[in-house]
Amino acid sequence: MSNRLEVIDAAKSFGGVLALSEATLTAESRRILAIIGPNGAGKTTLINVVSGVYAPDAGRVLLNGTDITGRRAFEVARHGIARTFQNVALFAGMTVLDNILLGRNMLMKSGVLKCGVFWGAARSEEIEHRRRAEEVIDFLNITDIRTAPAGSLPLGLQKRVELGRALAADPKVLLLDEPMGGMNLEEKESICRYVLDVVEMSDTAVILIEHDMGVVMDISDHIIVLDQGRKISEGTPDHVRNDKVVIEAYLGKEHAA
Amino acid sequence: MINRETGTFKRTYAEDLAIYRTPLPKIAVAVIAFVVFVIIPWQGSEYWLGILNLIGIASLGALGLNILVGRTGQISVGHAAFMSVGAYTAAVILREFPGTHWILAMLGGGCAAALAGMFFGIPSLRIKGLYLAVSTLAAQLIIEWIINHWPWLSGGAQGSIYIQAPTFPWIEDGALVSRKMEANLHYYYLIYVVLAIGILFALNLFRSHLGRAFIAVRDRDIAAEIIGINIFRTKLVAFGIASFYAGVTGVLYTYFYSIANFESFTLLISIQFLAMCIIGGLGSILGSIFGAIFITMLPIVLDFMLRGVGGAVFGWDDAAASAIMPQWNLIMFGGLIMFFLVVEPDGLAKMWRNFTDYFRVWPFPYV
Repeated sequence: MSNRLEVIDAAKSFGGVLALSEATLTAESRRILAIIGPNGAGKTTLINVVSGVYAPDAGRVLLNGTDITGRRAFEVARHGIARTFQNVALFAGMTVLDNILLGRNMLMKSGVLKCGVFWGAARSEEIEHRRRAEEVIDFLNITDIRTAPAGSLPLGLQKRVELGRALAADPKVLLLDEPMGGMNLEEKESICRYVLDVVEMSDTAVILIEHDMGVVMDISDHIIVLDQGRKISEGTPDHVRNDKVVIEAYLGKEHAA
Repeated sequence: MINRETGTFKRTYAEDLAIYRTPLPKIAVAVIAFVVFVIIPWQGSEYWLGILNLIGIASLGALGLNILVGRTGQISVGHAAFMSVGAYTAAVILREFPGTHWILAMLGGGCAAALAGMFFGIPSLRIKGLYLAVSTLAAQLIIEWIINHWPWLSGGAQGSIYIQAPTFPWIEDGALVSRKMEANLHYYYLIYVVLAIGILFALNLFRSHLGRAFIAVRDRDIAAEIIGINIFRTKLVAFGIASFYAGVTGVLYTYFYSIANFESFTLLISIQFLAMCIIGGLGSILGSIFGAIFITMLPIVLDFMLRGVGGAVFGWDDAAASAIMPQWNLIMFGGLIMFFLVVEPDGLAKMWRNFTDYFRVWPFPYV
């Protein structure tokens, strides 16, 4: 089954500041959609609108045709939208394994009594989901650190664990907010590989925010450029790279000529 | 090794989900169970069994509060009020429907307390931390007021309802008879069986998805919501579970004293239970029990020391020691909470963990 996320004319302002206006995009299975733009362009705001952190002032968000505009964040997650954070938001005291299992927590349905008795329903549910979590751990090559407290890991690994937590939910759409921020080249390459594998092997549609232009141009299929809350350009990497408006937004007028 | 993970291999996820994953804790739990259920009842004097009963009841209450405060991060200073809801519900059930089995009344008390707790947990949707603490203070005051001002519920001017002692089946002269609980020994078994069930329930809860959700809500509620955890529901579940424990605790007090009395459930008692959680170790089951032992034993040990040391050093007689006792109790109580917050914020449970960790890597200083 292929998945499709549409954002139609979404707008959001804070006080008098227009953070996002007329944002329109479509993300689909087997494609990586990148959102780029200078600092303060509204990239994270857009992700927050999609994932339900903010309700948009106008516009709609559709997941496979279902309107999820303005739903609470946990409901959006349950519809199948998973995300990572610009600043890692792992549960520092819990092990890597527990963090990744938390990604599947919303799929577990045992009630209080079943959990308290544990033997039987809750345990078999736990084992079933554990199996999938271990697959994700295998996929991300973090088997060796799975019992380490997440807070004790270096940033690169924490970001990888956070990606794992998002993947564990088997999301329809995966929102990655600067998954490679603060990483060295080697770490960036491995994250790129995982993202490409996800796109290739599952039906997950990926939306990627990233500042490293090399990475963005290399792996994305489609790019949207935001500046001051507005979309100023979109298209294939080649198109965006040579777009005068984009160069102007990043480097100023004299370079655009 | 029996106390290390090294060399203990698990072949299935089920084995990895076991509560105790190395042999030593399993042996230790078996030994403790044997001591608690065989040795102590056999050897314990009536006086010590009475103290152990109080410790057992307090452990259950502290355990419940710790699920809420330590695991889910929702501060509640209304715990004693929820105990009183349980206590009076059970007492009223037994008064109005005399034939009701006391186990049913106990469950009824727990459920009523859980409902009350969830109701007063509703503000946690909007507020957290100190503000939530103040709103649970309202629960404490409102429930106390209702009990004091509703004679039907509280049984009249004294605010107390006497109840019949619970019964248990017993074999006498080859016939099955129903005996009343009279001795501390009878209550001892009642309390410690309930406590064992309570501990097991909490252990299971903590290794299920609910246990993880509790920690997620405590540590980073925004991230928890983003990964699909319904924060409000999780908080209410925690309030419900904690208050159910509180309710059963209140019922146990009622059975043990044969009377439901609001004076056992004042704000000071709520604070004492919070102190048990902090001194024992927030979020720790073992810590709840340590804390309950500590707070229950504190006045007893202090009394003993005041009489002994005070008598030897200052020449106090019994009357002088008794007079000074309540003040000392409060001073030590406050001082110890400060001491633990400064020296070992993670409480007695952390001290115990340091101790076991030392032997986990022994003879090496660290791994």
